Amino acid sequence: MSQKVLLTAKEIDILLHRLACQLLERHLDFSDTVLIGIQPRGIYLANRLTKILSEEYQVKDIALGSLDITFFRDDFRRGEKTLEASTTEIDFLVEGKRVVLIDDVLYTGRSIRAALTAIQSFGRPKEIELLTLIDRRFSRHLPIQPNYRGRQVDAINEEKVKVLWKENDGKDVIYLINT
Amino acid sequence: MNHLLGIKYLTEQDIELIFETADHFKEVINRAIKKVPTLRDITIANIFFENSTRTKLSFELAEKRLSADVINFSAGQSSVKKGETLIDTVNNILSMKVDMVVMRHPNPGAGIFLSRHVKAAIINAGDGAHEHPTQALLDTFSIRERLGGVAGKKVVIVGDILHSRVALSNIFALKLQGAEVKVCGPRTLLPKHIESLGVGVETNLRKALNWCDVANMLRIQNERMEFSYFPTTREYSQQYGINRSLLESLDKEIVIMHPGPINRGVEITSDVADSDQSIILDQVENGVAIRMAVIYLLASKIK
Repeated sequence: MSQKVLLTAKEIDILLHRLACQLLERHLDFSDTVLIGIQPRGIYLANRLTKILSEEYQVKDIALGSLDITFFRDDFRRGEKTLEASTTEIDFLVEGKRVVLIDDVLYTGRSIRAALTAIQSFGRPKEIELLTLIDRRFSRHLPIQPNYRGRQVDAINEEKVKVLWKENDGKDVIYLINT
Repeated sequence: MNHLLGIKYLTEQDIELIFETADHFKEVINRAIKKVPTLRDITIANIFFENSTRTKLSFELAEKRLSADVINFSAGQSSVKKGETLIDTVNNILSMKVDMVVMRHPNPGAGIFLSRHVKAAIINAGDGAHEHPTQALLDTFSIRERLGGVAGKKVVIVGDILHSRVALSNIFALKLQGAEVKVCGPRTLLPKHIESLGVGVETNLRKALNWCDVANMLRIQNERMEFSYFPTTREYSQQYGINRSLLESLDKEIVIMHPGPINRGVEITSDVADSDQSIILDQVENGVAIRMAVIYLLASKIK
């Protein structure tokens, strides 16, 4: 197994600021917008973006939630392991809101397909957008594309993109791992 | 683990996994849209050879919340009356492409027997006076929710221990999770050698209540009693029923549980059953979440 650094902490920081600005450009005061981090790995990105928006761009009262998609996945009973769920925390209605789904890596698109179904349990949003830090090009199984992307990556199927976060893994770094 | 036949066959880790999964399902059933599509390719048969209201409803609701297809079968209206054997009955149902069977049966061990002879995941929903695992899971889940944990808690199970599958499964589940357990009731309704399960025995209700954090009040199962175990219902109620004045005379506030159906005025009075100390309706709500967790975890093993 070999791994190489795809993005360093400094590069990730620049990307996060650009993504925050792009969100700001489209959503301005976020009065009608809710940010939803997809469990388990999208919540770190969602928290980080919210922090930048509130601390550096003075956006107040951003509605931030986390969504678990386990029970909406299409690969139940297809793998060896039982799928274990994470917490869903959405303490607001998404009815009529502009929802931004946030996940770290966009790969086959199946997680996002599940998230699109799962979010409907909380109401009918006005629109749904997708933000992803890493977009793995040419690997989609479904017609799903991000509205905001940090970096586009060409990786073959045997390779894995791993995103580490300071608050969970000790440092900010993104690896491309060859298994 | 491919079946849930009794708490006896579970480990502490199994229970922890079921509880964590149930936490997520409890969040799901409190949403505006209470359904998830996980089990849409699974068919479940609820086979009840004995009467049941809440367990059957609770299982059926849990199955539907998970989007499984459900068929129901009650022995009263079936070919069992015409002399069909249990294995034949179940195999006939399974040939209609059923993946999982939830069964209640008056004979102890019926689920275990079935699991050896048919090709389906079996959930025991009560087998005679033997076990009722999902009830014990939801009872201890409710204790964990109210008191923050089960380990180290003192629980007394009051009433008809002799005929109760709820008592046996609860004893296993509580001991496995590190609780201290006593049983309390008239001598005639306490099985001999019950101490060998590691539980204390107390015949004085006031002493038992003063000792415990939680009292689980069981129903007197008249339908299982072929002769008299105590002189009159009134006398039982005076010695082993709880009422407001008894609870207020205790040194501390205890949690009151009851698996239902309640005989109001016999083992528990209305002012206690409907008070803040009682978590009887929480038990019912948690029952759906626990059963969703059990069905989900077992269904994930079906290939």
